[in-house]
Amino acid sequence: MKNDFPLFPEQASSVSPLVDGLYLGLVVITGVVSLLIWIAIFYLAIKYRRRPDNELAQEQEPPVFLEMAWTIIPTIIFICIFVAGAWVFFRINRVPANALEVYATGRQWMWKFQHPTGQREINSLHVPVGRPVKITMASEDVIHSLWFPAFRVKADVIPNRFRTMWFEATKVGTYHIFCAEYCGTQHSGMIGSVVVMEPTEYQRWLAGGSEGSLASQGEQLFAKYACNTCHMDMATGRGPVLAGLYGKSRPLVNGDVITADDNYIRESILNPAAKVAAGYQPIMPTFQGQVSEDDLIRLLAYVRSIPAPGTQTPQVESPQSQLQSSGAPPATTPTTSATTSTTTTAAPAPATTTQGNQP
Amino acid sequence: MTSTTLPDAPYIEPSTRERRNYLNDEYGVLSWLLTRDHKRIAILYLFSVTIFFVVGGIFAFLMRLELLTPEGDMFTSDTYNKLFTLHGIVMIFFFLIPAIPAVMGNFILPIMLGAKDLAFPKLNLLSWYIYMIGGTFGVIVIITGGVDTGWTFYTPFSTQYSNTKVFATTLGAFITGFSSILTGLNFLVTIHRMRAPGLTWFRLPLFVWSMYATSVVIMLATPVLAITLVLLMIERALQVGIFDPSLGGDPVLYQHLFWFYSHPAVYIMILPGMAIISECVAAFTRKKIFGYKFVAFSSLAIAFLGFLVWAHHLFVSGISLYSAMIFSFITMLVAVPSAIKVFNWTATLYKASVSWQTPMLYVLGFIGLFTIGGVTGLFLGALGVDVHVHDSYFVVAHFHYIMVGGTIMAYMAGLHYWWPKITGRMYPEWWGRLSAMLVFVGFNLTFFPQFLVGYVGMPRRYHAYAPEFQVLNVLSTAGATVLAAGYLLPMIYLAWSLKFGRKAGPNPWGAAGLEWATTSPPPKENFHETPVVTWDAYDYPAFLKAMRETQNV
Repeated sequence: MKNDFPLFPEQASSVSPLVDGLYLGLVVITGVVSLLIWIAIFYLAIKYRRRPDNELAQEQEPPVFLEMAWTIIPTIIFICIFVAGAWVFFRINRVPANALEVYATGRQWMWKFQHPTGQREINSLHVPVGRPVKITMASEDVIHSLWFPAFRVKADVIPNRFRTMWFEATKVGTYHIFCAEYCGTQHSGMIGSVVVMEPTEYQRWLAGGSEGSLASQGEQLFAKYACNTCHMDMATGRGPVLAGLYGKSRPLVNGDVITADDNYIRESILNPAAKVAAGYQPIMPTFQGQVSEDDLIRLLAYVRSIPAPGTQTPQVESPQSQLQSSGAPPATTPTTSATTSTTTTAAPAPATTTQGNQP
Repeated sequence: MTSTTLPDAPYIEPSTRERRNYLNDEYGVLSWLLTRDHKRIAILYLFSVTIFFVVGGIFAFLMRLELLTPEGDMFTSDTYNKLFTLHGIVMIFFFLIPAIPAVMGNFILPIMLGAKDLAFPKLNLLSWYIYMIGGTFGVIVIITGGVDTGWTFYTPFSTQYSNTKVFATTLGAFITGFSSILTGLNFLVTIHRMRAPGLTWFRLPLFVWSMYATSVVIMLATPVLAITLVLLMIERALQVGIFDPSLGGDPVLYQHLFWFYSHPAVYIMILPGMAIISECVAAFTRKKIFGYKFVAFSSLAIAFLGFLVWAHHLFVSGISLYSAMIFSFITMLVAVPSAIKVFNWTATLYKASVSWQTPMLYVLGFIGLFTIGGVTGLFLGALGVDVHVHDSYFVVAHFHYIMVGGTIMAYMAGLHYWWPKITGRMYPEWWGRLSAMLVFVGFNLTFFPQFLVGYVGMPRRYHAYAPEFQVLNVLSTAGATVLAAGYLLPMIYLAWSLKFGRKAGPNPWGAAGLEWATTSPPPKENFHETPVVTWDAYDYPAFLKAMRETQNV
């Protein structure tokens, strides 16, 4: 940010060199091809300019092999570009196992970030260098898009669903955060900075005041909304036991099996009748309109943190590691959350009606 | 060779019969407003789209002025947001989509086919009126306060949060779509049913092939936009949950529906440009287009594949990894037919007779700029790069290279190429070349810096921006000034040429094609006798021989 006139963004994340490598490779390939075309145009247009002795062109029958060559060779090059692009894309989407959890909420026109340890920030985000950071994102109103140009990552933040993105900062410094999806009047003011710190400094920053960890705040909300009257620690409750639920496969009343991911937990709070766990009645009331996005994030943090029966105390720091040991492959995390969110929005209508008919 | 040389034909005083043309056949306002002559309707469209082009251009210029400084100090954020929204809506729905089909296509397509008119002349006039009604909504919106959703109308912002004239704007776009549909229908039927004797499919000029492909896309894609906009209006007006998640809808569904039209719409805008380029390359090299069938079928391939790539606008919207891969792959494939065209146009120059007149300058500019626009499309189609540059100025630069560097360059080429046919007068050549050079230089200066500033990290649709982006933005605004001069000049000298231009004669370029076999301007019924086609497209020796024989008769 010291440079007044940069022609290239700072390279500050683990995927930046991959994206830049692909980008520069494309610049070279397409630049050479474009230049050759330009040279050919000017060379031919000057060499064969109209003169009295060539008022009419000589007819040329095009050789078929030439047509074939400039059909097939570009096709092969384009497919290679696709493969390289897809490979980098997978790297961008594959969340590493030891990622630090951060939560982001977008609203007109600010970014709010919450850390598992309870710190809250507005339009700024503190992260340690050299450690993957996974951001779980939600929007309170319209579609926003969280963009870290220095990290080469971006993801749309869409209302009524959780999405995730991740990065690993590799360079200490302060970098831009932009909203990339047009969101209304102050869209260009929905900006902030991400501060990448040395781990020791980051620990010092974390030690600054907070109102208890996000999961413990979620536990308080769990009691406040009286969730704990039905979702008890024992299977005798009227609602399913939530301990160890996160990331597991769960059978539903209608016979489907789903993964209890972020969006399933969100939907089960806001629209509980949509997917009812097998063995339970659709008696839970909806919390649509009563729980704010921030509270949803806290509840999610709490549900993620409840350990399976028999294990030790909740791990606030990285519930992701629990998820790994339970066998959910990290690479599929964004995929599953994306696909489930599509199905959740498409599916609830019939499911709700059938459930609603039950006494 | 000497027997087939084709010097620029000297002007010969026309006979009385030839002095009657579509312009002086009837007089009076009503003879224009109630005309069913495709040529007069083309003129009506020419006036209308030019007005919208000027309006959209003014919006663009005001935006560039605001972006001279990083602070948002010239307009309020709301005003700026309305400027880019209206710029997009006016340019896309009221200029780029109708411009080439409804002006050039309307005027020249029936003449190229040797027909007296389009298949449905009344429907053709109706399509202009529908366009004007849609355009009136656009003008009303501009006068009464504007709209700030971006031309994409993304939900739930457009249905729940924007308190501007969203309903009237979408209604205007909805109505205008029907004008495109009627034009497309008219072209399809005309191409199938009204070709002159001897004009077989593979003797058709490539303009016709490209217009055919365009019409198919218009007919299949525009109804989807109509449905989508109706759903949007229903949600906004009646609060029925379709796209808004708080009402139980899905905002990403809107993006799928919108781009299912709007990506093919890109091809509705560029295919007619390619149509003009093929004509001009042949005319100004006096040569058959290299690989005629490859160029013809590549238009159809673009039309087909263009329907299968819409979700490449959604790579960061949360579609699954696997659908992202499929759409990225097809996006790479759709680049192939465009590449084939570029290679064939370039190869046509080999051993040609290249004239450096104004239309050809625009054509050479088009090939160069379209190449850059095309290859930067590969950057966006490559998933790993798209995550970074999506919704940045890189995208803005890319689609302006296609839309302005491609479509508008082609439009200018076609306007100069057919100007003598439309008006019977030549434009001043020196001024034409000057403006072509200004447009080329101004365009590159405006939009090339935007590739750089986009990759550095400047998001699009930003009223104020980080200070380190300023230098590139100043360059871009400087370029926009040159570009504006390049567009203003033709408006002046073309108007001047109506009265003072040299008389053109039937075939001032020495080009092959049915439109050059009739007088300039053409008579109301286009040809004094129905032509019989005995030559392949752009076959100069055969065309010249046929012309000599008809004149001897």
